[in-house]
Amino acid sequence: MSDFSAEGGHGAVPVSDVPVRPESAHVRADWPLYEVFLRGKRGLNHVHVGSLHAADPQMALRHARDLYTRRNEGVSIWVVAAADITASSPDEKDPFFAPSGDKVYRHPTFYEIPDDVPHM
Amino acid sequence: MTEDEFAAYQSLAEETEDHRWAFGTGFTDPLEGIDPSVPDSIDAAALAAYCLMLGDDALIYSHRLQQWMTRLPELEEETALANIALDLLGQARMLLARAGQAEAAAGGTGRGEDQLAFFRDEHEFRNVRLAEHADADFAELTGRLLVFSAWRLALCTRLAGSADPVLAAIAAKSARELAYHRDYAAQWVVRLGDGTPLSHGKMQAALDAIWPLAGELFEPDPVTARLPEVAVDPADLRGEVDDVLGTVLAAATLDRPQAAPMARVAGGSGRDGVHTEPFGYLLAELQSLARAHPDATW
Repeated sequence: MSDFSAEGGHGAVPVSDVPVRPESAHVRADWPLYEVFLRGKRGLNHVHVGSLHAADPQMALRHARDLYTRRNEGVSIWVVAAADITASSPDEKDPFFAPSGDKVYRHPTFYEIPDDVPHM
Repeated sequence: MTEDEFAAYQSLAEETEDHRWAFGTGFTDPLEGIDPSVPDSIDAAALAAYCLMLGDDALIYSHRLQQWMTRLPELEEETALANIALDLLGQARMLLARAGQAEAAAGGTGRGEDQLAFFRDEHEFRNVRLAEHADADFAELTGRLLVFSAWRLALCTRLAGSADPVLAAIAAKSARELAYHRDYAAQWVVRLGDGTPLSHGKMQAALDAIWPLAGELFEPDPVTARLPEVAVDPADLRGEVDDVLGTVLAAATLDRPQAAPMARVAGGSGRDGVHTEPFGYLLAELQSLARAHPDATW
C-alpha cells in the first residue's frame, strides 16, 4: 500500500529505496519535491498544476508563484510535500474503480436541479 | 476545524469579477487611460534625464541578472530570477520610452527606447554603479538584490505620487514587482546568513563587497532639484532602507558592514556617467547585436 506515491504528478511511482523525505541530519544534493495546486480566477477549487523542488514549504510557495503564475493564472496557491501524498496503487485499480463502472443510477441526472443552486 | 485548517478554504469564498473560466486572463495595461503629454509645469528636459537615470538602473541590473541564466543552483531559482530580470526590463522599457517622450516635449529628437538602450555610449548611461556590479557568487547576487530592491521600492512607493502621471503609473506598477523582489532577496539573505557557518561566512563577505556601492544610492543627483513634486530626493530614502536592511540583517545574524562608500571618480559617479571598468564589457554584450544589425526585426 505505502510503496507508492503520486510524486511528480505523473501517477503512482515506487518510493521504496527512493529518497523522498528531507533528512536534516546531512546536506542533501537535491531539495525535496512539492506538488502545486492552483486556484484560477474563476476556478472554484484548486487544481494540480505540477511539481517543483524547494528546501521548505515557504520556499515552495515562492517557487510556485514564480513557476506557475507567470501568466496571470492564479489567485491562490497550495503546496504539499510530495512525500505526504498517499496515492492509490495501479495494482488496486480493479477493486478500487471497476465496481462503479456499471452503476449509472448513481449519477444525479435523474433529478431536476433547482435554478437557485449554483455551481452544479 | 482549527484556525489553520479553515484558512486553506477561505480563498475559495473570494468573489472575482472575471467570468471566463480560463487561466491567464484579466491582463491590464498600467498606462491605460493616462495622457502621455508632459504637463506644462514640469521641466521636460529634467524629466527626460530623470527617467533615463531610473530606466538605466533597471536596464543594466536586468542585464546583470540575465547573465546568471544557466548558472544558478536550481531550475526554480533560475525561473525566479528570470522573472525578476524581466520585471526590471519591463520597467526599463517604460521609463526609457517616457524619457524619449519628455525629450521630444523639451524640443529634442525624442529617441525611442531601443535607440536609448542600444545606441548610447558608456558615459551617456546614468545608472548607479550598484546596478552594473558583477556578482561574484550567489550570496552577492542575493545581497545586492536586497539592497537594490529595498532602495528602489522605497523610491517607487514615493514616486507613485509624482506630479508626472506617467511616471507615477510606472512607479506604482514597479512597486508591486519590487515588493516581491525584496521579499525574494530577503528570504535568501536570511537563509544563507542564518544557515551553516560556511553560508554565513559567504553571505557576510558578500555584504562587505556590496556595501561600498550602496552609498551612491542616497547621494544628490544632477536633476532631482529641478523636478519639485515630480522626483524624490534620494536622501529621503535612507531612513526606510536602513530600517529594512537592519531588520533583515538582524534576522540573518549578519553584521552591518562598516565600509566607506566607493569613491567618486574626478568628482563623478554613475549618475554623472562615470562607471566602473566592467561596465564597458557589459555594454558591449548588451549592444553589439543591435549595433551590428541596426534595423533588424524578429
